[in-house]
Amino acid sequence: MTQTIKHQSKTQSTAMSTGRIGLYILLLTLAGFYLIPVYVAINTSLKSFEEVSKTSAFSVVQNPSLSSYLEAFTGLQKGLLNSLAMAIPATIISSLLGSMNGYILAKWKFRGADTIFPAVLFGMFIPYQAILIPLFQFMSDIKLAGSIWALILVHVVYGIPITSLIFRNFYATIPNSLLEASKLDGAGFFAIYRYVLFPLSTSSFVVVLIWQFTNIWNDFLFAVTLTSPATQPVTVVLQGLGAGQINHYEVQMAGAIVAALPTLLIYIVLGRYFVQGVLAGSVKG
Amino acid sequence: MMTASIDQRTNRKRRKPNTDQVTAVLMILPSLIAIAIFVYVFIFRTAGMSLLSVNDLYEMAGPKTWLGFPQTAFVGLKNYLDLFANDRFRADIINMIVFTVLFVGFSLSLGLLLAVLINAKIRLEDVWRNIFFFPMALSMVVTGTVWRWVFNSASTSDLGLDWITNPNTAIFTIIIAATWQMSGYVMALYLAGLRGIPSELHEAARVDGATEAQIFWRITFPLLGPITVSAAVLLVHISLKIFDLVFVMTGNPGGPGFATDMPALYMFQATFKQDLYSRGAAIATFMLIVAAVIIIPYLIASNKKTVEE
Repeated sequence: MTQTIKHQSKTQSTAMSTGRIGLYILLLTLAGFYLIPVYVAINTSLKSFEEVSKTSAFSVVQNPSLSSYLEAFTGLQKGLLNSLAMAIPATIISSLLGSMNGYILAKWKFRGADTIFPAVLFGMFIPYQAILIPLFQFMSDIKLAGSIWALILVHVVYGIPITSLIFRNFYATIPNSLLEASKLDGAGFFAIYRYVLFPLSTSSFVVVLIWQFTNIWNDFLFAVTLTSPATQPVTVVLQGLGAGQINHYEVQMAGAIVAALPTLLIYIVLGRYFVQGVLAGSVKG
Repeated sequence: MMTASIDQRTNRKRRKPNTDQVTAVLMILPSLIAIAIFVYVFIFRTAGMSLLSVNDLYEMAGPKTWLGFPQTAFVGLKNYLDLFANDRFRADIINMIVFTVLFVGFSLSLGLLLAVLINAKIRLEDVWRNIFFFPMALSMVVTGTVWRWVFNSASTSDLGLDWITNPNTAIFTIIIAATWQMSGYVMALYLAGLRGIPSELHEAARVDGATEAQIFWRITFPLLGPITVSAAVLLVHISLKIFDLVFVMTGNPGGPGFATDMPALYMFQATFKQDLYSRGAAIATFMLIVAAVIIIPYLIASNKKTVEE
């Protein structure tokens, strides 16, 4: 009797562990697929031009050197600075604007707000091609075409739907009784925002700041349409880096790594908030 | 005295919310105006331009009507009819359909698989999750730059995988790169959903003798339905407007030939390289209509749900 029980539990546990082993093999295989580009990018970036032209992307580097990084960084320097000059102000302005809008949409519902909000949200679902021609015209008319300010303006305006949505959803969870109490104490519109809601919204700000910075830094369509060579952000510069009659793949790979570092570092340090932003951006209304 | 102060107070009470309400509207007004102009007026202008024949920079920069349109001939739907007879645009539509179906299908199934695996109480969960999710932090330009080299090298080296240079398979290289970038995102969505399902449900089914497969397909998966819909809508939206990934990987037009070309690339080239503004506007309007057909019902449904809640 005891023996059969023992026997049974033993087979069960071996069956379980084969299942577990299969699970980890599957995970490893999938991880292999996700890490191919990481391996290829790092491996190639450490090679010399001669080695890249003679070997495949997958063959392990023989004489690793960092010289491609120097070349890539020199090539991307201006683009990196442009991207920072664009992404930092646009991120901060659009987050503050979104927070104010979210506060109003959650706590000061005006007539028609429930109809207007979906109409605003629609703005983040349009293919931007549908506004690109008039946008380009508009920027030329107000003499902003080709300047970094055009991109800041564009990212602030088209950031309104998502930033307002995230803050609105967050402020909606704060009980109205808290606001009523401070209203009785004589607090008005701005005082309630400044002293009641704003101090509570640190984590929402982190989520929105990360989300906006990542999207603005990674944008290509507006960047390639609205800039001149002097104001091109890093995505546009990277796209042309090391290209020509002969492609310098080692420089391109080093450049891709350099251009990806800012958003990647944010993800590594603040990953939890990054995931929250991604989820907030998808769970609508 | 007494009555006066009460009066004053009620007065104050009545007036105060009013001024605050006005302040609220005034504070949100700039954003609403900006959206009205940058989204709705601009869409109106694009759609209007698609009905004209603005075919060079001279006409584009010339005198305008009171609505801001260039003063050129109104041609109705001619631009659209021309497009549907155009070889490049026909290729774009077929590519867009193939890309959307496969990219959305692969991303959803891979994302679900990853979420289930991550949710299976594995060791070093954070490490695995980060491996699958980090591409979300990257620009499509970075993704495209690296995958282009992966596939270029695969086709020139002794591996002999000519996927990116073969017109029949080139679109799969874009699908693979896009799935690589977006499936971790789907995984995150499903994972959040899986963690929200109360474990009592599964335990009850297990007591009733259900197998793990039955539990997954009959209980878990249906409960993830709303997430599947959200994820599918978002992925379709991304695939309809796909631009940067193709631009970087196979150029504009997306080659070889038009094998990987997409409407967004043609729109960009027609408008900004060939000055065929009305053709560009027609492609853009077409893209908007396709996106709207998918997005508007979804927005209405999710808005109704929140109002009901």
